[in-house]
Amino acid sequence: MSSLPSKAKCVVIGAGIVGNSVAYHLARLGWRDIVQIDKGPLPNPGGSTGHASNFIFLVDHNKEMAQLTLDSLAQYKELDTVFESGGIEVARTPERMQELTRRITSGKSWGIEDMSLLTPDEVKEMVPFIDETVILGGFYTKGVGVCDSLRAGTLMREKAIEMGALQSFANVEVEDLTVTDGRIKAVVTDQGTIEAEYVVIATGCWSRQIAAMAGAEIPLTPAVHQMKDIGPVAMFADAKGDLEYPIVRDMDTNMYERQHGTGLEIGSYAHRPILYDAEDIPSNAEAALSPTEFPFTPEDFADQDEHALELMPEIVGDENAQEKYAINGLLSLTPDGMPILGETPEVKGLWSAAAVWVKEGPGVGRAMAEWMVLGQPEIDLHASDIARFYPGQTTTKHIKDRTSEGFNKTYGIVHPAEQWASNREVRLSPYYEREKALGAVFYETVQWERPFYYESNSGLLEKYGDAVMPRTSEWESRWWSPIINAEHLQMRETAGLVDLTAFALFDITGPGALATVQRVCMRQMDVAVGKVVYTPVLAPNGGFRSDLTVMRLGDDHFRVVTGGAHGMSDLKWFKDNAAEGATFTNLTDDISTIGLWGPNARAILSAVTDADVSHEGFSFGTCREITIAGKTVLASRISYVGDLGWEIYVPMADGGPVWDAIWAAGQAHGLIPVGIGVYGTTGRLEKGYRAYGPELEGDFTVVEAGMSPKKIKEADFIGKESHLRHREAAPAATMCLLTVDDHTSSTGEKRYMLGGEPILTKDGQPITDSHGRRSYVTSAGSAPSVGKHVLMTYLPPEYSSPGTHLVVEYLGDQYPVTVEGSGAIFDPANERIMS
Amino acid sequence: MNIAVCIKRIPLSPGKWSLTADETAIDTSGSAMGWTLSPHEECAVEAAVQLAEGDGSVIAFSLGTADSAEQIREVMAVGVDRGVLLETDGMDWDGQATAAALAAAITADETNFDAVIVGTESADTSGYQVGVRIAHALGWPIVTNVKGLSVEGGVARCERVVGSEREVYEVTLPAVIAVKDGVNIPRYPSVPGRIKARKKPLDTVTPESRPARMEKVKLALPPQETSSAKVLGSGAEAAPQIVEVLKEIGVLT
Repeated sequence: MSSLPSKAKCVVIGAGIVGNSVAYHLARLGWRDIVQIDKGPLPNPGGSTGHASNFIFLVDHNKEMAQLTLDSLAQYKELDTVFESGGIEVARTPERMQELTRRITSGKSWGIEDMSLLTPDEVKEMVPFIDETVILGGFYTKGVGVCDSLRAGTLMREKAIEMGALQSFANVEVEDLTVTDGRIKAVVTDQGTIEAEYVVIATGCWSRQIAAMAGAEIPLTPAVHQMKDIGPVAMFADAKGDLEYPIVRDMDTNMYERQHGTGLEIGSYAHRPILYDAEDIPSNAEAALSPTEFPFTPEDFADQDEHALELMPEIVGDENAQEKYAINGLLSLTPDGMPILGETPEVKGLWSAAAVWVKEGPGVGRAMAEWMVLGQPEIDLHASDIARFYPGQTTTKHIKDRTSEGFNKTYGIVHPAEQWASNREVRLSPYYEREKALGAVFYETVQWERPFYYESNSGLLEKYGDAVMPRTSEWESRWWSPIINAEHLQMRETAGLVDLTAFALFDITGPGALATVQRVCMRQMDVAVGKVVYTPVLAPNGGFRSDLTVMRLGDDHFRVVTGGAHGMSDLKWFKDNAAEGATFTNLTDDISTIGLWGPNARAILSAVTDADVSHEGFSFGTCREITIAGKTVLASRISYVGDLGWEIYVPMADGGPVWDAIWAAGQAHGLIPVGIGVYGTTGRLEKGYRAYGPELEGDFTVVEAGMSPKKIKEADFIGKESHLRHREAAPAATMCLLTVDDHTSSTGEKRYMLGGEPILTKDGQPITDSHGRRSYVTSAGSAPSVGKHVLMTYLPPEYSSPGTHLVVEYLGDQYPVTVEGSGAIFDPANERIMS
Repeated sequence: MNIAVCIKRIPLSPGKWSLTADETAIDTSGSAMGWTLSPHEECAVEAAVQLAEGDGSVIAFSLGTADSAEQIREVMAVGVDRGVLLETDGMDWDGQATAAALAAAITADETNFDAVIVGTESADTSGYQVGVRIAHALGWPIVTNVKGLSVEGGVARCERVVGSEREVYEVTLPAVIAVKDGVNIPRYPSVPGRIKARKKPLDTVTPESRPARMEKVKLALPPQETSSAKVLGSGAEAAPQIVEVLKEIGVLT
């Protein structure tokens, strides 16, 4: 075998499904001089791929994961390495039955076909060895299959080698990663050093340790997933195929069962979280089985034995069906359950393709290669972007706490607004104690505790009565309160004070500052000092990369304010595309933000400052320093809730006195504390304001979002060429607001959609635009000022005219909706903001 | 038939052993380290379970730390009815002391045993001591290195392999029988077996310790084989070389 080269364009570390797939797709996109190394032997180097169950269920509530999975399935098919067995998720509880209807709606939203709900008898017909009396029903997906991930990986590797693009080396161990001036330089192995422009870490469970060699963070932990194979199963004695029955997921017990030749494989996510450090994983030489197959611990499987016996007594209860193979297999878990993909923020040229399971492996490989070669992946990966993490989210404590909490939710019924319980109260705004005293109910955003609503406002419920649109069903009342809508209505009457400290803020200064913001932002940034510009940030293909506001604080001084969840990714994007001579200062932990909005906002602000805050003296879209309580703060007249007011940026240390002054002055003007429930949902929805993530993402263009400026600036910016092209053609779909006409379910209860549901034609057919994208609810929530429940969705032109009647499917029922249009349904003329 | 079977918790053989810093024990601190029984003892358990099938019972005795309960549950999952753990504090017990404690526990047990079945030797220390010493303590005959076993009319027929020959011993029960790997094919646990095992009685007793007459000074690792793979070629081109290798190792002539 030839020896390790001393130089390569790209080194891919890892030869599991991910490493092989990344290498293959890099080769397909034209890269050559790729070197792949793995410390284990080939074709099974001993990572998680080698012991994976290999089945692929298609439906996921998360769009990004569903898209990666669908693409992976297509790739496994193309390589002839997948067998379509069908899969059934069974329910033992009414809550799970409801969840299964929700899974169908998510499946419809992402374009998955051939799904149906089954009665217990219908499940029994497909899986004769199930005891149908312990279940209430099932959710069948025809396209579920089992792949051969080792074979697929091998084929991909071989194809890349055939193309002359790849050299692959087994039994080569990485000892160090060399970084120079923040850029990856070389991979040091036990068999020599390889200089490389790009290095991809595709080492699964080991990724955190490998990244640490370069000073980068990949926050994941190896964790145990237990499984065992029992057999021989008498009923499968004549099995001709590896898999002749659909795979069964026993969701309520966090388990799955599948035929495997003459055996039955039983797997579990039900046991206590068993986490390890990569240091605990033995070497290939030390391991009894493969390094990631730890000895089975039967005491952790006690309940699972009983549950399997309940569901499949005929097979599992047979004394002759014996444990042929049982392991505590290692897989990777992350604090938020999403993969960790993209270039590390710490080291240029060092890429992570980690925390990826077999079902999404090839899709991730393709997306990573597109991202590396073309600058962006076709599937928007914002939720998997490695740049999303703040330093506090990469600590061992955070990883262990969150993965321990998340593990047993693998098959869980997870509410879209569900909050984490562990490792809370990490980032506290200067207003936290005051908010607590007001009965704030805190939700978390990137470790910040944010008031979602305030119990102190509960008295408003009586005042507004049915206008708060009360909900009776438990599901929609969970993680929600009618107080949110009451706060909304009161803010529209008087004024509200909102803690927005979770915002990410960073300054761009120096001679390259203007060139940088001009290049990154779509809108004109060469504006007068003191102007505030809300702008889309585009990817090269003209899709959304972000949306944010930029304040010009000086000729060479711009301040970017963006959402907390995506702030660090935005910072990386600006840095990656910075012009010469631009300096970045991250102010996120130094500056807090207060929002003051409502008809009385001006009266309150003028009571605490000598500055001219009149409409003429402090016009919309401008910012300036003012003094409140003797403290200098930066006030910016903008609004994301549709009312007159300001965002006020206050140094953390000065927060208390500023809040107290505004609060005291507000008492005479009906000021109330207002939570994120209003800011993030009700306030913006009735104004038709789109949010990054749900509405604005890489899949959709500025034209489709209905946000094209009348004029495009002269200066070049990322995505300009694509955007100009998009303007030429009619959009394939347009962002629309819909209102729900009747909330009554088939059981007579009023139900309120939460987002993610498919929009259907009046006769219940899915709506697909000319790009093949389904219409689904991007955001949903109350519009209390108009007394309606609002849904946002992209609709093809034939359905987007105001007044069009359509249907939304929610938890198994269909509800009539009406298209309102693309813009605001409350104060469309913006009279309130401009007052 | 009522049978006592003696088992010992030992480290699951990893690919590569290492010793503790003071070289008195195998390093089992790694999280991936599992525990198991010696192959001979797995066969002893299987033999006992087969012989007791029907109206008999099998009781497993194990001397070791509280963790040894894990191995007792494992054998319960494949048919052992009851367990007795002779719990120690983890100090080293030599073969004499172990055998004396086990014999005492077997004698003290309410069951009248027709046989004690053990593995010829343990896979970790290979002392070949305990079975013989139990037999001596009980005053029973013993047959060691048994590769074939059947019982009829209170007489055990034991086969041993000696070179290319077989020796057959008939021994009247009660007796101690020390079996070797290969005497049977041990079964693996079934799910019902696992479930039943969790409910089976497991008694813990404190064995009477006596001064060790043999002291473990230190362990040394034998030279460890490093395995190496040689790629002979790929596809049809590799065939002639494979033929050469097969000739070399005597498969082809």
